[in-house]
Amino acid sequence: MNLASQVFYLGRRSVIRILRQPANWVFPLIFPLALMAVNTGGLHAATNLPGFPSDSFLAFFLAFPFIQGALFATVNAGVDLARDIQTGFLNRLALTPMRSGALLAGHLAGVIAVGAVQALWYLTVGIVVGVRFESGALGAFVIFVLAVLIVFAFGSFGALAALRTGSTEAVHSLFPLFFVFLFISSMNLPRNLIETDWFRIAASLNPVSYLIEAIRSLVIEGWNAEALALGFGIAITLSIVGLTLSSLALRGRMSRT
Amino acid sequence: MRQLVSVTNAVAWRMLHNNFTTPSLLIPGLVFPLFFFTAFAGGLSRVNDVPGFRFPVGYTAFQFVFVLLQSAAFAGVFTGFGIVRDFESGFIRRLMLAAPDRRGILLGYTLGALGRWLVTATVLTTVAVVVGMQVGGNGVDLFALYALAVLVNFCGLLWSAGVAMRLRSLQAGPVMQLPVFLCLFFAPVFVPVSLLAGWLQVIAHLNPVTLLLESGRSMIAGDPTHVAAAFAAALALVAAFSVWAVRGLRKAEAAGG
Repeated sequence: MNLASQVFYLGRRSVIRILRQPANWVFPLIFPLALMAVNTGGLHAATNLPGFPSDSFLAFFLAFPFIQGALFATVNAGVDLARDIQTGFLNRLALTPMRSGALLAGHLAGVIAVGAVQALWYLTVGIVVGVRFESGALGAFVIFVLAVLIVFAFGSFGALAALRTGSTEAVHSLFPLFFVFLFISSMNLPRNLIETDWFRIAASLNPVSYLIEAIRSLVIEGWNAEALALGFGIAITLSIVGLTLSSLALRGRMSRT
Repeated sequence: MRQLVSVTNAVAWRMLHNNFTTPSLLIPGLVFPLFFFTAFAGGLSRVNDVPGFRFPVGYTAFQFVFVLLQSAAFAGVFTGFGIVRDFESGFIRRLMLAAPDRRGILLGYTLGALGRWLVTATVLTTVAVVVGMQVGGNGVDLFALYALAVLVNFCGLLWSAGVAMRLRSLQAGPVMQLPVFLCLFFAPVFVPVSLLAGWLQVIAHLNPVTLLLESGRSMIAGDPTHVAAAFAAALALVAAFSVWAVRGLRKAEAAGG
């Protein structure tokens, strides 16, 4: 069996496993949108602040579900990989001629498939509830591509956590940490309108702010080269770093087994 | 009566001992409220400038009341997770055989949840004061605010205990958590009711948490309003959830723990 087939079978296994656990796909589809509804209803008055970049808080906030959905997908997939380690599946796999890279690629293919479905869902809901994309249909496509890239980047860190710890509990405990990155960002207000100095500095140092702002720019501004370059640049950098570290972790894990 | 007290004390002591000696239980309960407080009060302080927003003691105090009530409710819910763990480990089955008065089990968990929240509330209040939160209310107002939060804590615990005793499995987690989360967030979290979007305003008016939140905020501002109504609503909820929890206990007894 060649590498592509190995990746295909492991990716298919990853997707089927997610589909068999409704909590792993229903929650990421519903919960970010519920939070979006609550925040939009609660903070729509913020659009009256001088300098607020949009007159629709819903359009401003639409970037949020993409990032939160990516976090859910990452943690769920990381937990599945950690379970493979705990149950000995990885050990049994190591006895077969499968290449270790196929395991990681197959796992990430499953994460990407879930991320792609989520991104399409959030885009569809956004359009249905009346968000107008300033960058047009092409912009919506770019949002989809960036969202999938973000899922891949986060997913590689989820895999890293699973491979390093081999514990579902440890991967679960990463969720609050990811949540901190999401909340201490420009998700609720643009950075120039964040009044508290330390929070604005933390949000400016936080890469998640730039991922949100890249998606947001396509919704409310149109084509903002700087925001897109930062968003794609950070997503690609995170992907490379995450993939490199998780490959090293996998090598260590396989040699131990 | 002595039997009831001895069972209550034993269960409460065990609950508190487990919580304060297990970092994975203690830390999230302390960190999450602080994190929400930081993210909301720090990141959204500019909301204070939204036309129509008037809260005399500032946005930090406005958010503090929400986070205080939220931490109270979730201390109860997280204690419910502990009840489920006790069912899964078989501890409650043994406890039911040994306890001369089984109502003490419920009372013990209730006291455990209260002890757990009191520590969180102390840390949260200390942090809020250190970061310069203004307080307009006098000692009586503040006592009433914390008393209201204690009732919210009882509601959270009694609700989740009722669910835990009926389902007796970790699958009960979302059933305990989600309704509480929705009730808290479909209330005026970020701005007063008058500034919410129309649809959320309708829901918020029907949501009893709105009354508790607005009354709590009026207490910290030193201009108490709807205090009697808020306490009446909280006591009614405690009474209703007590019935729910006791009936759950009876169902667990009937099922053999």
